[in-house]
Amino acid sequence: MTIPSISLISPTGALGMGFLDESLERGIGLKPDVIACDAGSTDSGPFYLGSGTPKMSRRAILQDLRRLLLAREKLKVPLIIGSCGTSGIDSAVDWMREIALEIAKEEGLSFKLGRIYAEQNPTLMAEAFKSGKIDPLPGAPEIAEQTILNCSHIVAMMGHEPIVHLLEKQCDVILCGRASDTALFSALPLMRGFIPGPVWHCAKTIECGAICSSITRADGVYAEIDENGFSVEPLALDASCTPLSLASHTLYENADPFLIREPSGTLDTQNATYHALSERKTRVEGSVFRPERYTLKLEGAALAGFQTVAIGGVRDPYILGRIDSWLAEMKVFFKERLQELTGKTLGEEVRLDISQYGRNAVMGGLEPLAHEMPHEIGLLFTITAPEQALANDVARFVTHAASHWPIPEWKGFISGIAFPFSPPEIDRGPSYRFTLNHVLIPETPLSAFRFAEEQAG
Amino acid sequence: MRNSVPLGKLAQLIRSKNAGPFWITFDIVFENEEDFERVVSAKVLTKEWISGTYKIPQDTLIFVEIPAARAIKFSFPRPRIQGDLGETDMYSGQQYAPLLDLQIN
Repeated sequence: MTIPSISLISPTGALGMGFLDESLERGIGLKPDVIACDAGSTDSGPFYLGSGTPKMSRRAILQDLRRLLLAREKLKVPLIIGSCGTSGIDSAVDWMREIALEIAKEEGLSFKLGRIYAEQNPTLMAEAFKSGKIDPLPGAPEIAEQTILNCSHIVAMMGHEPIVHLLEKQCDVILCGRASDTALFSALPLMRGFIPGPVWHCAKTIECGAICSSITRADGVYAEIDENGFSVEPLALDASCTPLSLASHTLYENADPFLIREPSGTLDTQNATYHALSERKTRVEGSVFRPERYTLKLEGAALAGFQTVAIGGVRDPYILGRIDSWLAEMKVFFKERLQELTGKTLGEEVRLDISQYGRNAVMGGLEPLAHEMPHEIGLLFTITAPEQALANDVARFVTHAASHWPIPEWKGFISGIAFPFSPPEIDRGPSYRFTLNHVLIPETPLSAFRFAEEQAG
Repeated sequence: MRNSVPLGKLAQLIRSKNAGPFWITFDIVFENEEDFERVVSAKVLTKEWISGTYKIPQDTLIFVEIPAARAIKFSFPRPRIQGDLGETDMYSGQQYAPLLDLQIN
């Protein structure tokens, strides 16, 4: 009797990053029970959630999703896409649906399409906060009702249960709003009754695709889960999954490498063992999953202001020799000029940051080598204001005055900053900030989400 | 006593990265057990050193040695929430540089 097992492919770390056609072909040949792929993250910063803009281009999503829908058609297994459009807000799920329907029409595909919406109404979330249904995570910023109401978008990160709900309804393709990456891979195995420890650890290992292997390019992996553990191998033949590469992957982007919290509990990989089955394939056993109070991680972003930036370089050694005081002097003038021109106060309604690239722009106050002077410094002026027009107006007098700010070594009018562009000011548009590091305690694992089903093609 | 070697020459990978918008994490990975053990037993890369270099309190610092991955890892709450005004490193990808010069006996 063979031990029951279930197999999965994770075709790439993020939908739209691409993968090799021959890798996917090889994955299809391995006859997986499910294909899952993540399409979002907070990793690129608050702009994507705040504005609702996808990070990947439509072109890149179209190309990857087409190949996955065609692979699914051959295999007749579920295809699960998580965190649509980077942020996983409702309109991003709709954006992905429209792309999927376009492909279905062009390729003559027919499938049952399910959608799961994860966006949360700020007013309802503020009420949940008032009634004690929202808890802070360690190190969370102090929030008030107004913090929640100010959010342009809030999403709840779904666990596997909403996905299982649509799998049970025989959906072939499931487009999820914000979802835990691991939930995409654990949904079908958990629905079929596999033990949570190996399932969640396998999901955590393969959710970034081939990043858990010896290669760093975007590509996929194949995994099998059984009662005692799981094994992983890369789809590319020139890559390998070794005990070291899999163990190392638990480090990546996790604060704690052994304890990984999911909505329904915590995965503990402390006692996991890794052993090679071949040069390319490794087996993992011993991970456990401990159920805990059910919580949903919330992500929220709010508008922080509008920005205008300017970039310029300084090469004059006399200016470089006194760059800190030179910039400090002009800031005093900027403050006076701002007050006189707009009635606003620098450091309050309007903010000015000047970074010195080549010196300490990357590490700021933590830079141990800030005293070492380079032969040139790149200056980045960033102006943040409540309106774009105001930010731009301020940037215009800042760049003009800065470029002619005097130094005592030269008698006369100087041009002290080399600007590469005309105009030097570049409007950056809105800037957002993350506001929530909290969890929602939902009534049920499904109650915070909304579902839709339709026949495509 | 053998010559000291900078950590940057001993490790096969040193990296820093966001672990979500509110945490930063550092990984130092070694090619072999000998190098990993050398750094562990040198006790130079410690909670004290990290706390001093990154100006953070020790009580919020997670520090682990992971033999299975031949890696040392530490994490702490991000000094500034990712993307807040004044951000200098959106992915926290270039915050590991001071580790390279740490001398290991």
